Amino acid sequence: MTETRPENGEGVVLKASNLHRWLGNEENRVHALRGVSLSLEAGKVHAVVGPSGCGKSTLLYLLGLLDRPDDGDLWLMGKQMTVASEAERTPARNEHIGFVFQFHFLMPEFTAAENIMLPMRKLNRLTENEMNERSGQILQDIGLEDKGHRLAYHLSGGEQQRVAVGRALANFPGLLLADEPTGNLDQKNSDSIFALLCRLARQKGQAVLIVTHNLELAEQCDTTFSLVDGNLT
Amino acid sequence: MKRNFQIALRFLLAKRRAMLMTLAGIVFGVAFFIVTQAQTHGFEDLFIRTVLGANGALRVQDKFQNPITSLMADTGDSTEGFRVPLKEGRTYIPGISHPGVIKESVEKFSSVSGVSEVLAGRASVSSGFRSLKTEVLGIRLNDHLSVTDLGSQIRFGSLARYSEEPSGILIGTRLAGRLQIDIGDTLFMEHLGAKRRYRLVGIFETGVGQYDLTRTFIHLDEARLLFKKPFGSSYLQVALFDSDKAPQVALHLEETLQHNVDSWQEREKTWLDVFRVLRFSSGLTMASIIVIAGLGMFNTLAMIVMERQREIAILRSIGYTRGDIISIFLQQGMAVLIAGILLGWILALALTYGVSSLPIHIRGVFSADSFVVKWSLYHYLWAGFIASIVILLASFLPARRAAHIDPGEVIRRMGG
Ligand SMILES: Nc1ncnc2c1ncn2[C@@H]1O[C@H](COP(=O)(O)OP(=O)(O)O)[C@@H](O)[C@H]1O
Ligand SMILES: [Mg+2]
Repeated sequence: MTETRPENGEGVVLKASNLHRWLGNEENRVHALRGVSLSLEAGKVHAVVGPSGCGKSTLLYLLGLLDRPDDGDLWLMGKQMTVASEAERTPARNEHIGFVFQFHFLMPEFTAAENIMLPMRKLNRLTENEMNERSGQILQDIGLEDKGHRLAYHLSGGEQQRVAVGRALANFPGLLLADEPTGNLDQKNSDSIFALLCRLARQKGQAVLIVTHNLELAEQCDTTFSLVDGNLT
Repeated sequence: MKRNFQIALRFLLAKRRAMLMTLAGIVFGVAFFIVTQAQTHGFEDLFIRTVLGANGALRVQDKFQNPITSLMADTGDSTEGFRVPLKEGRTYIPGISHPGVIKESVEKFSSVSGVSEVLAGRASVSSGFRSLKTEVLGIRLNDHLSVTDLGSQIRFGSLARYSEEPSGILIGTRLAGRLQIDIGDTLFMEHLGAKRRYRLVGIFETGVGQYDLTRTFIHLDEARLLFKKPFGSSYLQVALFDSDKAPQVALHLEETLQHNVDSWQEREKTWLDVFRVLRFSSGLTMASIIVIAGLGMFNTLAMIVMERQREIAILRSIGYTRGDIISIFLQQGMAVLIAGILLGWILALALTYGVSSLPIHIRGVFSADSFVVKWSLYHYLWAGFIASIVILLASFLPARRAAHIDPGEVIRRMGG
């Protein structure tokens, strides 16, 4: 899977062109995105900033193949994805995209390690031993090497969010999408999660997109987009 | 499959209590279904055994003539008997005029295991104490033993004495009680003014109350004298190797012999229908327990789908397909279903065994001293089949709903 993306970190992992999205129906219909175009590059950390309700999450769901645009085009690893069937988009999410949301969305009765292994099990390319090995490595990367056997609901908020990052990294995806990943955390945890995402992106050559309303964090990213009136500036 | 089952199991265990209720419903539904089938089927079989033991599988009786044959044969000897025209155009002549010939041809059928010639009639039987109406059956003992269970139904006296004693008589237990007589006592039979004297040599019990009260057996030659019928007989009682084939054999015999042949299924249709309805309705009642368990399953799974929207959404977002989600929920249903069926079967075995040793006292259409059960694999398979259909249906609807959860919508609503 790693071969499909350029190792030097200069390739475009995801390209979006002229995305439009209306939300809601009838009288409370909102034109949330009005022709968004962007490129996300391997090895770089991109930020999208903007006030609450400006359409940042809406954009992230489109880029992450969780939603379809009403108009515009989207290429993931050079492959046109807007018209692709669900049978193509779902495996693409599994293999090429990692998500981190504001809420961790862990399986509470699964251990940290088991949560991290969920995407690997679906991809089904590793033996049980290799999966254990990789999840051990990831636990180390996220600083939870001694908590792999803890149930998710016995972890602190910061630890849960780290596990969520670990799960997003499980299949070494080319694209990491994070929607206000530090929104629920205190300053210290927030900083460390952000640092973790940046470090991993540069280290593993992933394209990272972080949606945030924290301008201080955004400044530390390689590229920053502002979403205003449904358009990037 | 294993991956999804692991998730299914965790979802299931988090809802232990509700699932245990559903499981209990399946276990009891399956077990009670089997136990009631075992009983109703058991009594049905006992009834059939009793009927076959008393009356045989087939009865060859009145000769009939179809319109065409009757025209050809109807030359002069119409004084032999009276004719009863029936709907189908057949004419019946009561009784069998040449039993020897008919018996011989019936015996040639490979499915026939025994034939007994019977001359039946009504008479009054009297002891010194009182006089009662009876159905007298004139038989040849050895022939009759080959078509009935009479040999094992003697309670007092013996068949050996009966075969030695030309004026010997066998009567039922209840008749003996009414007449207040014992083995060795003298009885009188009266028919159309003629009165003959017999010696009581055996008392039998068929278990069928009516037979034990009214039936008496005497030697065929004695019956000819009593009823003043030197030739012919009333019917031939026939036993088959496979009594289930009686209706087909009856048809075949009818065609060949030009005599009316009744199978036991035809004769006992009313009672057989009663047993069948009883079996069906008790099965339906018990199946409704399984249906209620199915509603419980539906309810619990629908609840899990509601509570697990977040987990379903994230699974979808990390690449689990709709099919995966369906299988996660179907497997929850299947796990409970399989456990329920297995435990239900075990409980059914135990209950059936327990019921079979409960004492009861039944005399009437048959006699039983404990609950009669039938051990049949089919009861177990049917119970499993019904439970599977109900539970799979109850699981499929929530599973489909879970599969149609829109991950983006849920993630936005629940903390994207
Ligand atoms: N289902 C919907 N119906 C109508 N409006 C919606 C719906 N979902 C989101 N919106 C609106 O779309 C806009 C963009 O939402 P969102 O992308 O979540 O913003 P952000 O993540 O930047 O806070 C918001 O104004 C929101 O109220
Ligand atoms: Mg948002």
